Amino acid sequence: MLRTFPKGGVHPPENKLTASKPIRRMPVPKVVYVPIAQHIGIPAEIAVAQKDKVQAGQVIARSGGFVSSNIHAPVVGTVTKLDKIVDTRGYKKQCIVIRTDLKDESNFQEVELPLKQEITMEPDEILKRISDFGIVGLGGATFPSHVKLNIKEGKKLDCLIINGVECEPYLTADHRLMLEKTEEILVGIRILMHALKVERAIIGIENNKKDAIELFKTIGRQEPGIQIAALKVKYPQGGEKQLVRALLGREVPKNGLPLDVGVVVHNVGTVFAIYQAVQHHKPLTERVVTVTGKKLENPSNFWVRIGTPIGDLLEAVGGVPEDTRKIISGGPMMGKALKNTDVPVTKGTSGILVISGEEASRGPAGNCIRCGECVDVCPMGLEPHLLMNLSEKGLYKKAAREDIATCIECGSCSYVCPANRPLLDYIRFGKSITRQLESNKGQL
Amino acid sequence: MSEQPIIVSASPHVHSERTSKKLMYDVIIALIPAFLVSLYVFGINALIVTAAAVVSCLLFEYLIQRYLLKTNVTIADGSALITGILLAFNLPAGIPVWMVVIGSLVAIGIAKLSFGGLGYNIFNPALVGRVFLLVSFPVQMTLWPTAVENNMSVVDAITGATTLGLIKEGVQFGETMSSIAPTLPPLSDMLLGITSGSLGEMSALALILGGAFLMVRKVISWHIPVTVLGTIGVLTGVFWWINPEQYANPLIHLLSGGAIIGAFYMATDLVTSPVTKKGMVIFALGIGAITVVIRLFGSYPEGISFAILIMNALVPLINTYFKPRRFGARIKSKIM
Repeated sequence: MLRTFPKGGVHPPENKLTASKPIRRMPVPKVVYVPIAQHIGIPAEIAVAQKDKVQAGQVIARSGGFVSSNIHAPVVGTVTKLDKIVDTRGYKKQCIVIRTDLKDESNFQEVELPLKQEITMEPDEILKRISDFGIVGLGGATFPSHVKLNIKEGKKLDCLIINGVECEPYLTADHRLMLEKTEEILVGIRILMHALKVERAIIGIENNKKDAIELFKTIGRQEPGIQIAALKVKYPQGGEKQLVRALLGREVPKNGLPLDVGVVVHNVGTVFAIYQAVQHHKPLTERVVTVTGKKLENPSNFWVRIGTPIGDLLEAVGGVPEDTRKIISGGPMMGKALKNTDVPVTKGTSGILVISGEEASRGPAGNCIRCGECVDVCPMGLEPHLLMNLSEKGLYKKAAREDIATCIECGSCSYVCPANRPLLDYIRFGKSITRQLESNKGQL
Repeated sequence: MSEQPIIVSASPHVHSERTSKKLMYDVIIALIPAFLVSLYVFGINALIVTAAAVVSCLLFEYLIQRYLLKTNVTIADGSALITGILLAFNLPAGIPVWMVVIGSLVAIGIAKLSFGGLGYNIFNPALVGRVFLLVSFPVQMTLWPTAVENNMSVVDAITGATTLGLIKEGVQFGETMSSIAPTLPPLSDMLLGITSGSLGEMSALALILGGAFLMVRKVISWHIPVTVLGTIGVLTGVFWWINPEQYANPLIHLLSGGAIIGAFYMATDLVTSPVTKKGMVIFALGIGAITVVIRLFGSYPEGISFAILIMNALVPLINTYFKPRRFGARIKSKIM
């Protein structure tokens, strides 16, 4: 029996079109747009001025606090502008525009870094390196990694979980990375185990990636303390709380963190970035992006420099098809729909999905028929139909009592609703208002 | 890029294939076997009553929405069609058509639309229609044409009591089960549907077949039908075990009357049943218990309609008190 989380979840069509496509290197773009708020937390502070020459890997925006992250120049070039542009989340954000120096050859050299097994750094040095080198959670949440690794006194940690679930349909960035950088990821895991001083690590991979599971089992057999766990395919298993529940049977308490049950979770992409930072002194300036869609000529996986406009990626797969109606940053369940293709790839961009025609529009919403499907599929044990109703009516106090804040926004409820009701839209809305009211204490 | 604008909406960007309409049509498909049995047993009368109920339900929904409420007409969603079929299935085959029309008006106009339409009604519309007719026209509503094989005649003079009616009458006159038993139809007839009773409740087999289809299609879950039938079986079994001379055996109770149609099609109505599995079990326990109480101690021979309506009224309360367990609400200390 494959492990999975017990309550809720859905099975959207997987559509992993690019699972067998090796990661190609995307050519260096002429101009990169690097937003200073690519992570959750405080935006970084710009550390360059217009017309400055920058080297690849140089810090161009400095961490603005503890929950923040450094940002590094992805190319060698000149800062042409400090401007506000619309990012993948749809907000106008401060951004550093760098024109690539087309004469500088180092921009175009493809260096394949050799595998370096031996870990020479001390835990404290590793943590500092991860913090300095701009590593954030690459699974999509972009939470600064060093914050997760900073274990407060008194917290007991006994297991590191590596998230290789990639439960979003279409996306294959993590899958390809696991196939192509297996040994590096295993070294990365040992780096994290060393830094966290834990004896045990589990890599959780869904069973639709059998090749990756096999590969890890073959290569990782000699690694002491590292376990490889195949999981039943079920969305949203990549959610931290669901993954911890599936692998260890431990339930992260309400409003708590995995650390409360002795666990830290990192995505495989993050682990690879940590490997590169620690072993090869390479800051986070590129990531794997899946560019996919049923109508695309050649859906692919790419190594992409942070700041590359999404339009460049779509060009590289044969252009945007005629009947494109929706362009999504991320997967179809949790991704953000984009207004245009000018937005740049950021640290959190795991995929670009192009959806055509009818698939893109929602059907008209009907009355709730109280079928209870949304309650059945909610992995957090919530009642989405009720939360929507309360949010719609402005009964935020009640919604808060019904635990609206614990919604992980996985979208399973909206996905499954036979009446096509925009459940998550209203829940998100209610959630944000509840949060605002809670921060002005006494208001709620 | 295309002429058509890009759509920007919040996630999720994909949707499952399930729609309310598909669920409704699955229910209609599930009712076909039972309808065929009733056609076979009651002939043309079954068709007349069903057609009258369906047409008048659709018509009333259309008229009321179009001219009275002035809202969107929703007759295509399949729900009024189901109400019509289920109402007909709960009526005797020989009932005058004008009564069917009144029942439909009550079901659609009062039980459904006056509460706000699909999804807002508290009570099962078809059952409200049936119970309204039962208390308004008790004579016609209990005139059960007897099953005559291949009876295609419109005029049906032969009427007989239902199984439960025979038991109730007998017990009220102080007879014992052993003297009533010979007058009851054999269990095999109840299973196949060659007995008397409401139009659609004839064949347990056909109804279970449709119910199984609904479970396979995941329109309904096992919780309500199994719990309702289980409760009826266990409770009537206990009384039968205490005094088999006064109480009929549980098999008779399960296979007769509206137990099966009620458990599979009326109690499972999505709108008027609880949303959580826990709630469904509580709801179904209530239906089973009330049904048995009415059957054994009430003045009506059959009580599942009343039982379902009573429990319908408690659904909002059940939904409030039987919530799903929130993730992380109770920390498990299980460490592997």
